[in-house]
Amino acid sequence: MKSYILKLPAVEIINRIKGQEISAEEYMIKLFERIEREERKIHAFITLTKDSALSQARIIDRKIKKNEKLGRLCGIGIAVKDNICTDGVRTTCGSRILENFIPPYDATVIERIKSEDGIVIGKTNMDEFAMGSTTEYSYFGPTFNPWDRERVPGGSSGGSAAAIASHEAGLALGADTGGSIRCPSSFCSTVGLKGTYGLVSRYGLISYGNSLEQIGPITKDVKDCALLFSCISGHDSKDSTSLPYPAKDYTKALVDDVKGLKIGVVKEFFGEGTDEVVVKYVWNSIKKLESLGASYDELSLKFLEYALPTYYIIAMSEASSNLARYDGLRYGLRVPNKSYDWNTIFSKNRKLGFGLEVKRRIILGTYALSAGYFQAYYLKAQKIRTLIRREFDQIFKNHDVLICPTMPILPFKLGEKIKDPLEMYMCDIDTVPANLTGMPAISIPCGFYHNLPIGLQIIAQIYREDLLFRVAYTFEQN
Amino acid sequence: MIKEDLVKIGLEVHCQLTKLKSKLFCSCSADYRGKEPNTNICPVCFGIPGALPVLNEKALKYALMVALALNAKVSERTLFYRKNYFYPDMPKNFQISQYDKAGGIPLAVGGRLIINGNKIINIRRIHLEEDTGKLSYEGTIESSNVTYIDYNRAGIALMEIVTEPDMNSPKEARLFLQKLSSILEHLGVCDPSLEGAVRCDANISFGGGKRVEIKNISSFKEVERALRFEITRQRSLVSKGIDVKSETRHWDDVRRVTFSLRLKEEEGDYRYFPEPDLVPIEISNEMIQQVLSEMPELPEARKKRFINQYDLSSQTAEVLTSRKILADLFEESVRFYPNPREISNWLASDLLAYLSDTNKEIESLNITPKHFAELAHLIDNGLINRNIAKSIFIEMVTTGKMPSEIVEERGLKKISDQHYISEIVDKVFKENEKAVKDALVNEKAVNYLMGCVMKNSSGRIDPNIVLQIIKQRLNQIKEGD
Repeated sequence: MKSYILKLPAVEIINRIKGQEISAEEYMIKLFERIEREERKIHAFITLTKDSALSQARIIDRKIKKNEKLGRLCGIGIAVKDNICTDGVRTTCGSRILENFIPPYDATVIERIKSEDGIVIGKTNMDEFAMGSTTEYSYFGPTFNPWDRERVPGGSSGGSAAAIASHEAGLALGADTGGSIRCPSSFCSTVGLKGTYGLVSRYGLISYGNSLEQIGPITKDVKDCALLFSCISGHDSKDSTSLPYPAKDYTKALVDDVKGLKIGVVKEFFGEGTDEVVVKYVWNSIKKLESLGASYDELSLKFLEYALPTYYIIAMSEASSNLARYDGLRYGLRVPNKSYDWNTIFSKNRKLGFGLEVKRRIILGTYALSAGYFQAYYLKAQKIRTLIRREFDQIFKNHDVLICPTMPILPFKLGEKIKDPLEMYMCDIDTVPANLTGMPAISIPCGFYHNLPIGLQIIAQIYREDLLFRVAYTFEQN
Repeated sequence: MIKEDLVKIGLEVHCQLTKLKSKLFCSCSADYRGKEPNTNICPVCFGIPGALPVLNEKALKYALMVALALNAKVSERTLFYRKNYFYPDMPKNFQISQYDKAGGIPLAVGGRLIINGNKIINIRRIHLEEDTGKLSYEGTIESSNVTYIDYNRAGIALMEIVTEPDMNSPKEARLFLQKLSSILEHLGVCDPSLEGAVRCDANISFGGGKRVEIKNISSFKEVERALRFEITRQRSLVSKGIDVKSETRHWDDVRRVTFSLRLKEEEGDYRYFPEPDLVPIEISNEMIQQVLSEMPELPEARKKRFINQYDLSSQTAEVLTSRKILADLFEESVRFYPNPREISNWLASDLLAYLSDTNKEIESLNITPKHFAELAHLIDNGLINRNIAKSIFIEMVTTGKMPSEIVEERGLKKISDQHYISEIVDKVFKENEKAVKDALVNEKAVNYLMGCVMKNSSGRIDPNIVLQIIKQRLNQIKEGD
């Protein structure tokens, strides 16, 4: 009895807990029963925090009994990507080098979740340091796609998306540097939002590509997404790149109406390498929105073909510097050795602590920043980034949103692309532009092909999350 | 043979903004000295994953004050860069700094400082960066089996001031640093007397020769020593026909030698790029005006005011304003007792000589403006003579006792008791009959008698009264004849 509750949207679960139809503790016990069952098949989590989650739930039950003011996330179980710092709970980034790293502080988003009575249930699996699109690059082993366990859940926030898809969590947090929220959302049929750069504090997010990434929600539906995003966004003085805007209530943007909205369909987003099935489903979705009163036109972005290399140069350059701190001296893996030479000690720790893909990106990033190559790579990439941004700005002068596939292909099998890094990087072709430009982008499910989910991506101008929610909500409701 | 005037010296000065309350990018205390190792740290300055830097606005304001005081051109827009290299004293293995290449814009460029009255030292750039942690060893680097790392200093706000190679002698380098320190002190941004608060690297070359960089110079006393050593070393190389190599050398202030760290070709590639966790800083004209309006009086202006207001010589005014603490001591003493000339002499010559002889810092002395005011007052009132004043001064600066207290204790007050003096005069007259006869005809012989009287009283009696009584006695003898 009552176990159907786990499959409800988070908003419904929260209402039932607030309405005392189920106690927070009861819900949490059921949730962990399910997690323990599902985890054997899915492996969405690296670390579970059952004890603290249950004690939190009991605290919330007491608050409910005493008629105290309740937070918007009252009692809901939230899965947190393992690159978001949690005070006293190990945060591994999917890496051996941080296998036993326990942060002494909470990320701002975690503080905000807690202040809204949300409950962290565990830390989810991810590609090491968020470098990957399949979650196969985790030191702790891969996560399996709940829709087809032979296939990848996408990445790098694969654990968070899989946890939502398998109902192991009410809400989840991911982080998106080049598509890491939207890619697994597409592959797992969840809703995933990367907001405008600077709307969600990065304080406590372990950096991969600082100028590109944002923490964001991965949820069962658009309403849940709007709720979680409302709770975690808004200015934070601890993050200098945080925008000076207060938090908004995005649930007000959930309007079932797209009449008069102008959709842009950029042909480069449907280019070579895009699966015909994906093209068909996305076009059907556009037609559906048209039938609901929106209009669309097709256009072209001439700099878009440079987005992928531009993205990778910037991300890897930043990563090469961000990951320098993992030397084993202050925290993280420390290989026993007899050397007194710090150079040797650093090398040994890093050699054993980092996986192959991480090493590849550190080396490539180091190269791109080196004297003699800096101009040709990093600086040029920054210039192209500006050009891409300008082109999008032009389009948004007379379009409300852009619609395109989230992923150019259907979820593929584990091991299928891991041998060819370039093929793997190509998966990010439609997601990286939003990171390069800082624009918000959401991925929502738009159907299944032979039980494999397909995601639809909606992109809007900076700070226009309201349009994303409106279009996504309308699409979902009809 | 190398001539001294062929020497070119440029300095890279690092000044900690010690007057800040917190570090450059976090809220840890800026006062890291004397704390238990690794207790003055937080996720930001200790480089814990996920923590982000936030610029200390006051640090920016302080740096602007220094830039404006040095007449530098403040950039309208400036940004932080990451300087990437692995070193155990840096928690993140990169330093947040600023850069003038690769699209970087330092806080300010240009600027100048005049030393020796007319020698212009041009400033190349001024920027802000974070300090590193500190490594220490048991014994020497070579023999130690352990390296201790203390990150309490990591993240302290550091200002880097880079000069053009405009100094032509080690002495000029010292004068530059002294003058700069006085400006920092007057601005209230840095206390240069704190250990490690002002450090510098020096570049030195001979007549177009190879440039050698000397690192680890920890004070302006050391800068002169290090540069003198380096000149001697290079001169001896050249005289033996050996080429001076372009290299980075380390100043060992214990052995007082420089030794080679690495050749310039081996210099690291720091892979500078813009710090993505910080946003570019716009410095508006209003902001500059605001800083200018709050700018305190600078040493140069203060020196001019001293000359006008207190009628001091240019040289004395220069010496007094070379340290804020000295200039403050002077002005406050004068407020208690308005004899600027007397007080300025004690401060500018006696006090500085004492500090230099004893190798002490003013801060370590237990003296107040009242000490000097009282000293001057005692002299002016004729209560002590100059010789006694000197010995009182030494005791005063050594012990911190007030001059009047010392005078009481030692019974040093000059004796002006007429009766007592008359007795001594009578005694001297009896013992020196010949001299008395001479004195009756020769004015100059009076001095001899004076001397005898003074000697009999150990110099403690008032010479004016002595002279008066001697003349009275001589007149009595003349009249008696």
